Amino acid sequence: MGLTARDQQLVAAIQCGLPLVSHPYAEIGARIGLSESETIERIQALLTDGTIKRLGVVVRHHELGYRANAMAVWDIPDDQVDKLGRRIGAVDFVTLCYRRPRHLPDWPYNLFSMIHGQSRDAVLRNIEHLIEQCGLGDIPHEVLFSRRRFKQCGAHYIDSPPRQAATGGARIPVGGQP
Amino acid sequence: MDARDIAIINYLQGGFPVTDRPYAEAAITLGITERELIERLENLLEKGVLSRFGPMYHAERLGGGLTLAALHVPDEGFDRVAEQVNGFPEVAHNYQREHHLNMWFVLATETPARIDEVLAEIERKTGCRVYNVPKIEEFFVGLRFEL
Repeated sequence: MGLTARDQQLVAAIQCGLPLVSHPYAEIGARIGLSESETIERIQALLTDGTIKRLGVVVRHHELGYRANAMAVWDIPDDQVDKLGRRIGAVDFVTLCYRRPRHLPDWPYNLFSMIHGQSRDAVLRNIEHLIEQCGLGDIPHEVLFSRRRFKQCGAHYIDSPPRQAATGGARIPVGGQP
Repeated sequence: MDARDIAIINYLQGGFPVTDRPYAEAAITLGITERELIERLENLLEKGVLSRFGPMYHAERLGGGLTLAALHVPDEGFDRVAEQVNGFPEVAHNYQREHHLNMWFVLATETPARIDEVLAEIERKTGCRVYNVPKIEEFFVGLRFEL
C-alpha cells in the first residue's frame, strides 16, 4: 500500500485533468521532472495495479438529461449476496453495485445499486425489469430517490504539487461514489 | 451536442490511450482529426457536459479512506445540518434522499483512520446518529452512460 513520492506527485499532477495538447503526458512529466516515456510508463503501471481505475471522460449526468437517480437497496440473504450482486451489477442500467453492512434494526439492506434514468418513471420501470430479470421477487427492497444534490466534487485528499501548493489541498476525484 | 460529440463521449468513457499522441490515436478510431477532438473536448468541458477529463482513482490504493454514510435529519433542521456536513472538506458528495435516512454523503479522507474521527465529529456537531456503510465488496464499477 501507499505510493512512492514520485507517483504521488504524478497522481496530484493529473488529478484535475489531462492537458488538451498533442503530447499531454510530456506536459505532465515536465511539471514533475519526468520524461514523456517515464510518465507514460508510470501511468500505465498505475492503471495496471488499479490505483487509477479508469482514464477518460466523466459526464455530468444531470446535464445530459439523466435527471432522476435512485439508490435501490436490497436485503439479500448473506449466502446469496455474491451471486445476486454479480447478477445485478451486470445489468446495463445499473451504474454501481456494492455490498455494504446492515445496521439492524434500522437498516436491513446489504446490497446497494445505483440506477439512473431520464425520469422517475424510467428509473422505476428499470427497477421492475431488474426484479424480473435477476429473480428478485422475494427480496425486500426500497428505492431512495434523490431530492437535492448539495455537493458533487472530489474530496480534499492529497497535497498538490508545489506549483499549486498556494491553493491548499487539491481535489482528488475518486471512483465508487454512490 | 451532435452525433460526433456523442460518439466522443461514448468512446472516451471507456478509456483513453496512454501513448505519446493519445488524442491523435483516439481521433483515428473516431474518424476525426486530432485538432477536432481536442476542440470538441474543450467545448464539452466548457459547457459542463463533462465534469472532468482525466483519471478516476481508487481511493484505498492511494492510501486514503472512503465511505458512504447516512443520517436521519429532522425536516426542520435539514438545511442547518446540510450546511454543517458540507462544511467538512472530507465530504465529497451529499444527497438528500426520500427515506427516513434522508441525508447520504461520501467521505474521502487522507488516511483510513480519519474516517471514524470525521464521522464522530459529524455526529457531535449535528447531533444526528451516523450510519456508516463502507463498501464490503464491489460488483460493478461503471457510472458509464451509453448515449
